[in-house]
Amino acid sequence: MTTTKNNRRVVVTGMGWVTPLGHDVDSVWKRLLNSESGMGPTTRFDARTFPTNFSAEVRNYSIQNFVKDAAVHATAGLNSQFALGAASQAWRQSGLDGFAGLNKKRVGLYLGAGEGVIDFDNYAASNIAGWNAEERKIDGVRWADHAHRAMDRMREVEQEPNMPLAHLAREFGIRGPALNCLTACAASTQAIGEAFSLIQRGDTDVMLSGGTHTMIHVLGVTGFNRLTALSTSKGDPTKASRPFDATRDGFVMGEGSGMIVIESLEHALARGATPLAEVAGYGSSADAFRITDIHPEGRGGAASMHMALAQAGIDPNARRADGRAAIDYISAHGTGTKENDSIETRGVKRVFGASAKDIPMSSIKSMMGHLIAAAGAVEFMTCVLAIRDGMLPPTINYGTPDPDLDLDYVPNKTRAAKVDICLSNSFGFGGQNDTLVVKRYIA
Amino acid sequence: MSRRRVVITGLGPVTAHGVGIDPLWVALCEGRSALAPIRAFNASGFIAASGAELPDTFDVKDLVPKSYRKATKVMARDIEIAVGGALAAVRDAGLATRGTDPDSSPTIRPDRVGCHIGAGLIAAELDELTGALASSRNATGSFDPGQWGQQGMQELTPLWLLKYLPNMLACHVTIIHDCQGPSNTITCNEASSGLSLAESQRVIERGAADACLSGGADSKMNPMAYLRQELAGRFARCAPSDDATSIVKPFDATASGTLIGEGGGILVVEAEETAKARGARIHAVLAGTGASQSWCDDTVGLVPDSSGESLADAMHAALRDAGLTPADIDAIIPFGSGVPSLDALERNALERVFGADLAKKPLIMLAPSIGTTCAGFGAIAVAVACRALNEQKLPARLNTTSAAELHALAAPSTAQTLRHILIATPSLGGQNSAAVVSRHAEL
Repeated sequence: MTTTKNNRRVVVTGMGWVTPLGHDVDSVWKRLLNSESGMGPTTRFDARTFPTNFSAEVRNYSIQNFVKDAAVHATAGLNSQFALGAASQAWRQSGLDGFAGLNKKRVGLYLGAGEGVIDFDNYAASNIAGWNAEERKIDGVRWADHAHRAMDRMREVEQEPNMPLAHLAREFGIRGPALNCLTACAASTQAIGEAFSLIQRGDTDVMLSGGTHTMIHVLGVTGFNRLTALSTSKGDPTKASRPFDATRDGFVMGEGSGMIVIESLEHALARGATPLAEVAGYGSSADAFRITDIHPEGRGGAASMHMALAQAGIDPNARRADGRAAIDYISAHGTGTKENDSIETRGVKRVFGASAKDIPMSSIKSMMGHLIAAAGAVEFMTCVLAIRDGMLPPTINYGTPDPDLDLDYVPNKTRAAKVDICLSNSFGFGGQNDTLVVKRYIA
Repeated sequence: MSRRRVVITGLGPVTAHGVGIDPLWVALCEGRSALAPIRAFNASGFIAASGAELPDTFDVKDLVPKSYRKATKVMARDIEIAVGGALAAVRDAGLATRGTDPDSSPTIRPDRVGCHIGAGLIAAELDELTGALASSRNATGSFDPGQWGQQGMQELTPLWLLKYLPNMLACHVTIIHDCQGPSNTITCNEASSGLSLAESQRVIERGAADACLSGGADSKMNPMAYLRQELAGRFARCAPSDDATSIVKPFDATASGTLIGEGGGILVVEAEETAKARGARIHAVLAGTGASQSWCDDTVGLVPDSSGESLADAMHAALRDAGLTPADIDAIIPFGSGVPSLDALERNALERVFGADLAKKPLIMLAPSIGTTCAGFGAIAVAVACRALNEQKLPARLNTTSAAELHALAAPSTAQTLRHILIATPSLGGQNSAAVVSRHAEL
């Protein structure tokens, strides 16, 4: 049994992002096609002695350039600030900005947003003040005494993972269903998929969806360094993220937000909007395997790809009339960890069989870093842009082929191609696998 | 279009009254409150020194397969609650899974079982983290990131980050019970588990799974998490010597705040056809769900929308989804926290939906007995609704002595004809969730 096909078509009508490579769709896209890297030394905290002291940070960004009234977002955490910039671009492009006929109770939000940044200095200070070294435990009274003086109400509230929802709802007046999911690196792919499902079910007509996240902070980098998931390459940070390369040694942390507006086709057409692409399928699965390891056969990733393709009505092993494989491009999860890239390759082969080698698959994480909860949304957007422009972004820093990884990873250089159907994968720590299929909109 | 009906076949609430529906139901009917001085840490430095904690007999090691005991070392309390709830729900549903019967084949094919678990913002255990932080102090006693990067972080277990990621509730549950279908983690504060149940409903309806382990869990019994609740303005004043059992008075004219309870619950929700095919005992029907976003003047929702308009929209949506009208509802489980601003919001929403009939609709309140259970609330409430429908009985009500126009005053447990129960939850952040649970015989 597979996912039932639903007739309510859903299209993308707006996109926006705030990334380490810039803050508007076309300039960032151009930089991706130019094989540019957004990596550099970490500046958000003193990371000099950390095993990983580089990352891909968003630079020179201010919500002042995007929102109507910055005062109502004065306390927004960095994640909400990124979300506001990305969503404002998407909202404007969709033409919903100023569209008087919009029923805001039929507009929903579904984000895959991470927690806000912890107020680390005060947190560490309160913990140390409350520390009873002899008993090696916190003295609750001393801790509370310090924390009551040191900690700020708004900085604490803004860490709640649903705060990007609150800021976007306030900015755009959205009153329909609003959800945030936090499935680690798969979150915003899952959010877009579930947003798509809400429209298909008829619960909403329009969804603002995507993700936002930053984990470039002391505890975020600590956590991933302890898991040995981050690259610890020495030398030039722009060479550190090497997905699918034999010398790959982990991912590079990025930050930012990708946001899209999707809506039912009839709603889009009725208001004269231009569909940028059509969301064709969504699949989701759980590895149910181990806390840190992915199932060695890529079982979960293959299941989510199969489910998404089935919903899109695509047989992965069939060829199209012009001889092309079933799809034209895969935006890989492609983190650059040993395990992910091997297993993703295996999963893609399992799904597409002999055609797998004919389907280009690249990882923009090689340039932008890993935006964690926001990664899926920006990668989905690159699929839409690939369809628009007939260009595939490369996997940069690909120098040494891994004998086990033998697909077409679009090494180092952008490629022109006929692109009508793309698939975007995201796999998260904890075992969630999510896949979206997006295709050229044809009336 | 006819759609798959979704039923509830397994109940696994975990509250201060224990694991499973029986101890909770008995305590609610007897009118017992578990609110008492907090034991997890010395809370006398906070406005509220009491809350509702799981009984000391709760030990997650007893609630996982032997082969999984090692993994309990990387479980935050929130994860332990979800894992305990899942086992209770699976057993209650009469399901064999890898977790309950590793040697026999599972009742439902693993790839047809999904998992949706709502979670809060999980705070790190301070004793563990501070032990490491304290070793990275400079000469003046302050935290030194240089020492931390070089040495201090090494004191944390490699899997440290994975203890506190919100999606690790679902991660552990899917691994233990081998749920390979769609899995998600909703993080919308107090609305989280209600929204998770609604997502399970949609996933089953669209055929992506036949059954889901669904619900949520939250524990704020950690000084940092607890402080965030205080800063959010949730607490009633309660000194260690005060009688905590009489302090939470939902909708009372003199209500002054709430006390926090740790807890949550996992339910087995299932397609009616597959539940019937396996001869399952059906507790109730998840007849309809609804969601909405409130307009928040202060953006983040610390000052909730007192009009209750959007919460009423969510209730209306759930009624519409169930094909019912307000007149069909026989009882209501509101969030019922005793926080005056939230009480006012809920009262106004209920008045919008039920009008003059509201005074005839009995309210079932949980917080006076088990505290305000945050992201775990919706799942506990739905479990209680299922039992109330089956027993045709209202649990006792505590503490509230003046609540004009509401059927909310303290009263012993009484027999009551119950066909449909409405559950609704607002949240900090403005997301609202509502559900209608119906007696199976009624539909």
